[in-house]
Formats: sequence, structure tokens, C-alpha cells
Amino acid sequence: MIANNGVGTAPRAVANTPLSTTLAYTKFELLRTFRNRRFFVFSLGFPLVMYFLIAGPNKNNHHLGASGDFPGVFAPLYYMVSLIAFGTMTAVMAGGARIAAERSVGWNRQLRLTPLSTRTYFRTKVITSYLMALTSILLMYLAGTLLGVRLPASQWLEMTALVLVALVPFAAIGILMGHLLTVDSMGPALGGLSALFAFLGGTWFPITGGGALVEIAKSLPSYWLVQAGQVGVGGGAFPPRGWIVLAIWTAVFAILAGRAYQRDTKRV
Amino acid sequence: MTQTSSPPTGIHLRGLVKNFRTPQGTVQAVRGVDISIVPGETVALLGPNGAGKSTTIDMLLGLLPPDAGTVSLFGMPPMNAVKAGAIGAMLQTGSLIRDLSVRELVTMMAALYPKPLPVDEVIELTGIGDVAARKTHKLSGGQTQRVRFALALVSNPDLLVLDEPTVAMDVEARRDFWTTMRGFTSRGKTVVFATHYLEEADAYADRIILMARGQVVADGPATEIKATVGLRTIRATLPGADLDALATLPGVKNADPRGEAVVLHCADSDLAIRALLERYPAARDIEITGAGLEQAFLQLTGDDPGDTGISPVTDNNDKEPAR
Repeated sequence: MIANNGVGTAPRAVANTPLSTTLAYTKFELLRTFRNRRFFVFSLGFPLVMYFLIAGPNKNNHHLGASGDFPGVFAPLYYMVSLIAFGTMTAVMAGGARIAAERSVGWNRQLRLTPLSTRTYFRTKVITSYLMALTSILLMYLAGTLLGVRLPASQWLEMTALVLVALVPFAAIGILMGHLLTVDSMGPALGGLSALFAFLGGTWFPITGGGALVEIAKSLPSYWLVQAGQVGVGGGAFPPRGWIVLAIWTAVFAILAGRAYQRDTKRV
Repeated sequence: MTQTSSPPTGIHLRGLVKNFRTPQGTVQAVRGVDISIVPGETVALLGPNGAGKSTTIDMLLGLLPPDAGTVSLFGMPPMNAVKAGAIGAMLQTGSLIRDLSVRELVTMMAALYPKPLPVDEVIELTGIGDVAARKTHKLSGGQTQRVRFALALVSNPDLLVLDEPTVAMDVEARRDFWTTMRGFTSRGKTVVFATHYLEEADAYADRIILMARGQVVADGPATEIKATVGLRTIRATLPGADLDALATLPGVKNADPRGEAVVLHCADSDLAIRALLERYPAARDIEITGAGLEQAFLQLTGDDPGDTGISPVTDNNDKEPAR
């Protein structure tokens, strides 16, 4: 329908489909992410270093948090799942920092002039973030194994699957932030937000009992991210509330992120 | 609007208006622009900074919603034309994303369009073969511009939009660039480019749309634009001449002194030179020159520094203020 003005159109040797577009775009996004060494080191290296600093000195403690009948858990295991929650959350939200960097050179405006759909754009961003998260998980498993953590394969798998599910809202939050904030404000915002989520979600100390704070915690996606990790320390799969909280956070932030992307056509 | 009388093809901007709110008040960036472009035309949007060129282009591309008016690209709203892969654009602001080589970036961009041009062909066409393996953040300003041009071309668009494309280029690069463009337009593509280089508009556009203060002040072939203000000047040495009398000569619009010489601005220089020689046989050292686009431009936009009746555009209001 467009080509009716073509006076001698050029030879069109290639033709792309939505699938080939998604694959190619994702491939180059991944290349870019993994080539950005500073980002890579901070995003993946930081949780690792923290892990060895915290869990290393406690690697012979098999009774962390023991009280009464509760025999406690193996310290390297506990810290491993905690840092998996923290590390993956940071890695996924850091996807927003890459978006902010793209916007700062006007790339979002350039992309807007291509047929790339909002859906494919988001899909690619989420896939990229998830591969970062997965890399982070594998590195933490490796580190845990070095400190003596042993888990049955089924538990590894269940834990990983639940962590990946609980990360979805964070991917949406990261994308939203990437479209609202500038490169300069991204660092503090990411740092503050992940610290807050980690703290309130129970990454650093277990959240138990009742009360308002616990109710708030249980309404946060980070709480369920931590719970996903706890499968490895003997916790169970999500109750319905977990699924509902994650679904609501995902829906709200996916819609907000979609709007932010749509509106984000200004010269920065 | 008379949509029925508009052909379904081509580009139609109707009654476009855009205002920006700034702390200093509302800036009327575009104040009622009507433009129609036939497929295959190469059109220059010419005007000084603040004329509203970039804002018009942003609305044309669908990056900025107009406050009033409509945009139709090949019978579609901009968003649909973009979705169909019919639009390629090189925006004024913006750079390249990092951590990819030039070839990788062009390949990635090609993958986003349904029917792109072969990457190798575009790399050769835009003369970036020598930097194809280099990382995008290690390019000079001119090289970056050429890569951005490649990104616009690789989409194989029906409409190519370029906002101040040669701004970072030296003279040689600029010439190469336009040679490449010629090759592209010879394929029957439609091209709209914004520029404030008069020579570029004159040399490379079929048609010039002159913008000033958010409005189209002239629209036509370069020669026609010059004819609108029509001016040629006659310069002659004529001591002691009566300027008022000279200004009343047939074909003369006004007369300025230049020491012993006079400069006559003429609507019809043929008529004027005959009358001048007849009444002032003493006139000597006579030169007749065409006004050139520069002068036509100043005349039409009223930005002639000598034209004290109109204050020049002060702020750069075709840049959208940061909000």
C-alpha cells in the first residue's frame, strides 16, 4: 500500500518478520549489555563480593537463627538465597539504567520512527534483564557451592523458577524508571529503591509474626522474591496471596511503563 | 477540511499549530502550517533558528502531537506510516547507542524494518566502510552523522526526513552527503530536509518552503522564490544623484547611497537599467546582480538587520523547552 509511489524501487533482498526482528534486536541488546563491562561487574560482582564477605566468616555455622525447637539453617545457604533476591532485583531494575542511557542520546526517538512495536521493545528489554538475573543466580549458586551449600536438584529448580516469576514486577518498575528519570538520577534512585525493597521485603532479616509492617511487607513484590528464595531453606511455594500481589504489581507497573514509553518522544 | 479533494498519496500537513509553555510564557512555535508534498519530490524546509522547522518535522513524524491540524503521510496518520516502515528519519538531536560496532548497529536497525536495504549496500552508499568495524562511541562528529544517515537509509523508506543533516560535516563531507542523497532520490523517493544553509536548499531541493516565526512565508522552486521578492540590484557610480528621484524610476523599488555610488533595488531590472541610462547618461561602473537566495530570504523573513520595523527572532524557540 505504501509502495504505490515507488518509481523504480531498490532491490529488496531481505524481508523481516516479527520473529526475526525480535531475535535480532534481542541479540544486539544482549551483546551491548555484556560488552558494558562496568555495568556487568557492578551488577553481578557486587552481590558476589557481599556474599563472600558475609557468608565466608560464617561458613561453618549450621545453626543460623536457631531458637527453641528450630535448629536454624546453614548460614551460607541462608545468605545465598538472600543475596539471590537482592542481586537479581538489582540486575533486573538496572535494565532501567540502560534505558535512561539510551534516552539521553535520543535513541528512544529514533526507535519510535521504526516499526518496532512497544511489545517487542518490552519483550527484548525483559529478556535481556532476565538473562542478567539468570547469570546472577548461577554465579550465586556457584559461590554457594564453594562455601558448602548442597541442595537437591528439584529444590534448585523450584527456587529458580519462583525467583524468576517474582522478578516480573521489578522488570516493569525498572523500565518505568528508565523512561521517567535521567541518567544522573538513575543511580541514587535505583540504589535507594532496591535498598528499600530489600529492607521491607525481608532480605536482611526474616519477617515473621503479625502487625502493620508485616502486612505491608507481604504486599510488596520483594517479600515474595525473598520467599521464593526461602524454598531453598525449607520454605514452601507461594500461597495465593503471593501470586495476587505479584500479579497486581506487574499489571500496574507494566501499564505505567507502557504509557511512559508511549509518551516518551521528547527531545531530551 | 476538504479531505475529499486531497489525493490519497503524498504528504499533507493541514493547519498545524503547536505552542509550548515556558516560564516566560507561551511560545507559538508553529502557527498554522499547510504543506502538501507530492511523492518523489525533494523539499527543503528553509528558515532561521526558531522558525519552527524542527517542531514541524516532529509533528510530521508523529513524535509531537499538534495542538491543532492534521498530518497525513501516504493517506495514513504518521504512526501507521511508521509502523509500515515507510519512514526513515535523521533527527537533528541525538547520537548513537554505545557498545556496538557501526556494522552491528546498522544491521540491528535493518532488522527492525519489514523490507530493509542490504546492510552492505547501505554501508557502501554512505561511505562508512572504513569505520564499519569501529565502535559507535569512537567516531568523529562527521562520521557519526554519516552513520545516522545510514540508519535512516537502511529502512528503505518511501519518505526520508532529515533535520539539519549536514550540521556537523565539513565542506567535503557535505558534498559527499548530497551526492549520496541524489543517488537515493533518483529512486523516486520523497525527501524532506530542514536546513539553514541556503546553498543546500538551492542546490539540492526541487522546491523550497521558507519558514519564519512558525509560518510558511514562501513555497515554490528556488527560482520562483527569488522571483517573489524578485530582486536584482543595480549598482552604479553616480555622484550627486537625487536618491528620491532615482527611487521613482520605473522598475526600481528603492535606492541606497554607497558613497559616490548608488544601489538600486529593482523589481524589474530590465526596465530600470533602460530608464537609468536614458535619464542619467553619466552613470558608470554599472553592475547588475541577482539577489541570491540569501537576500530573498532576508526580505521574506523580515530578518534583515536594516529592517528596523520588525524585531529579529530572539529565542531559539524551535527547540522544545525542557520540562
